[in-house]
Amino acid sequence: MSTIKVDKLTKIFGRRPKQAVKYLEENKSKDEILELTGMTVGVNQASFEVQDGEVFVIMGLSGSGKSTLVRMLNRLIEPTSGDVWLGDENITEMNKEQLRDMRRKKMSMVFQNFALLPHKTIQKNAEYGLEIQGIDKEERAKKASEALELVGLGGYMDKYPSELSGGMQQRVGLARALANDPEILLMDEAFSALDPLIRKDMQDELMDLQQSVHKTIIFITHDLNEALRIGDRIALMKDGSIVQVGTAEEILMEPANDYVERFVEDVDLAKVLTAGHVMKRAESISVDRGANVALRLMKDSGVSTIYVVDKKKKLLGYVTADEAAKAAKEDKGLSEVLISDIPTVQTDTLLADAFEPMADDKAPLSVVDEDGRLVGIVVRGSVIGALAGNDDVLNGNGGVGING
Amino acid sequence: MDNSGQLFPKLPLAEWIEAFVDFLTTYFSALFDTVSTVIEFVTENFVLLMELAPPIVLIILIALLAWWAVNWKLGLFALIGLGLINNLGYWPELVETISLVVISVLISMIIGIPIGIWMSQKGSVQAIITPILDFMQTMPAFVYLIPAVVFFSLGMVPGVVATIIFSMPPTVRLTNLGIRQVDQELIEASNAFGSSTGQRLTKVQIPLAMSTIMAGINQTIMLSLSMVVIASMVGAPGLGTVVYRAVTQVAIGPGFEGGLSLVILAMLLDRITQGANKN
Ligand SMILES: Nc1ncnc2c1ncn2[C@@H]1O[C@H](COP(=O)(O)OP(=O)(O)O)[C@@H](O)[C@H]1O
Ligand SMILES: [Mg+2]
Repeated sequence: MSTIKVDKLTKIFGRRPKQAVKYLEENKSKDEILELTGMTVGVNQASFEVQDGEVFVIMGLSGSGKSTLVRMLNRLIEPTSGDVWLGDENITEMNKEQLRDMRRKKMSMVFQNFALLPHKTIQKNAEYGLEIQGIDKEERAKKASEALELVGLGGYMDKYPSELSGGMQQRVGLARALANDPEILLMDEAFSALDPLIRKDMQDELMDLQQSVHKTIIFITHDLNEALRIGDRIALMKDGSIVQVGTAEEILMEPANDYVERFVEDVDLAKVLTAGHVMKRAESISVDRGANVALRLMKDSGVSTIYVVDKKKKLLGYVTADEAAKAAKEDKGLSEVLISDIPTVQTDTLLADAFEPMADDKAPLSVVDEDGRLVGIVVRGSVIGALAGNDDVLNGNGGVGING
Repeated sequence: MDNSGQLFPKLPLAEWIEAFVDFLTTYFSALFDTVSTVIEFVTENFVLLMELAPPIVLIILIALLAWWAVNWKLGLFALIGLGLINNLGYWPELVETISLVVISVLISMIIGIPIGIWMSQKGSVQAIITPILDFMQTMPAFVYLIPAVVFFSLGMVPGVVATIIFSMPPTVRLTNLGIRQVDQELIEASNAFGSSTGQRLTKVQIPLAMSTIMAGINQTIMLSLSMVVIASMVGAPGLGTVVYRAVTQVAIGPGFEGGLSLVILAMLLDRITQGANKN
């Protein structure tokens, strides 16, 4: 396994690219260069690194150079200048044979319009990469059917592409790419041709699949929501240049410039941020402590609700200051006055899905982990603050991440 | 011609061409002889082979082929049409014409398809070959008879050669076109998985171009049939001779019979190759 390192990768479409490269180095813009030389800047000195097992999304509007950039990684498009390193191998300096070998074994690609061979069955399509490598029939049939199983198409092997829906066809595209067992998957707008509901399913499935296959995925999209959903990190492109690389939160909360800011301003933050992003530490007390202790704690920290947990930190409910005072007077235990029927969410619950439980109860919403242990609370103020774009209220780590 | 009034004297184009042909006949006669021997051998044996079977057997075989490739109606048409030709007494000529067409088309394919593939791979090759194809197709077919006779004398061979020159272009053109029309994303996919040029051609481009290539072959067959009468002028035997003789003798009856036989053959070949393409 090896990381990908892209260094000042540039593509000029035109007859005398040297001149245009010189202008690029003088910081002339894509438009200026087009006017001066008639040549198109496809990609302008792009540099970034992708780690093993990372889902790296390249996002930008149509024509921003995403397809050109990703095609330079496997040299379907020859770079004008710059380098692509795969571990300690320089892809840009490989000869034909090395390049072919690299494409066969290390890097597979998934295409926007699926690019399946219409005259071959699903099984044969999935076998294509293996067939090219000259792997014998039995083995490639086995590997291809495994890959088809993996994408949930085990029963369709003898069908032809035209008999399948778009989503299913792209699964075949994915199976074909996975059958080679490459280290790296290049996906150029792989889901863009699918309708929105199917697209979302495919995104989810890709993320599930990634849990088991751990590929390095370079995913191209023009859809910011898609990028935010699946990307560990995102590179934003404009006019052939990369304008920002960062995690989804970094892009959303610290846009590098006006362009990125405008790009992200329409994002529905409620569908991106999770309870984990906005939760605070909860004042909690063990259930075997007295009501007086609870009162005291609440007074000290200036809150009107305290969360009651058992020995293992499992959330039992909460007690309000009024109830605690009453209990102290009547000498009751906390367990007798706590309100146990309360809504909870988890760290990865989207804010959009937290509104309803929040409305059901006046107290802050409690956040628990899978075992029901209290990890924090969400107060209305931070939710509103976060949705208003105020990143002071956000937790750095964002809980467990932001995929919905 | 009197050129005295012209500013520039007439270019000796005709002389140049003749000199060139002289040069070829002098230095490449061995090559032409070989080609001639091969074509003659193949056509003669093809004719012999077809004459081995009695006409009725061949008629039934062709009818079955038409039925299998297209439908029973075409099979019936073949039965009646070929039966008619046999009845009119033109069976030997029909066999010779089929030989001429089949051999010409086969050679056109053997030469034309690789050239078409080559054109499809390189823009520069396409740029050079396209005008040559235009030239081959627009030059009146009669003109090819002259060098064909010069190099191959009279008989079946010059007929085959002239027919090939005239009828090959569609196969070349449509092979090139068919391959170039294959969806660019499929080519990219094929390359992205590490195909060699040969693998890309045999596994992706040619299979997907097949129906276009077949359309080209169909056109080549039709053009070669249209050459039959012209080829008979240099001594290529067959139905063309029947028609040509009728023209020179202004014999309308035999002329019609020969022409009708050619039409029946053309329709059969056209429908059968188109049907095979669809399957
Ligand atoms: N083969 C080509 N010849 C000339 N210009 C091209 C070619 N391919 C892409 N371009 C130009 O390069 C730029 C980037 O294109 P592309 O990488 O396809 O963008 P994206 O995938 O982001 O939509 C565009 O301005 C496009 O017009
Ligand atoms: Mg694109």
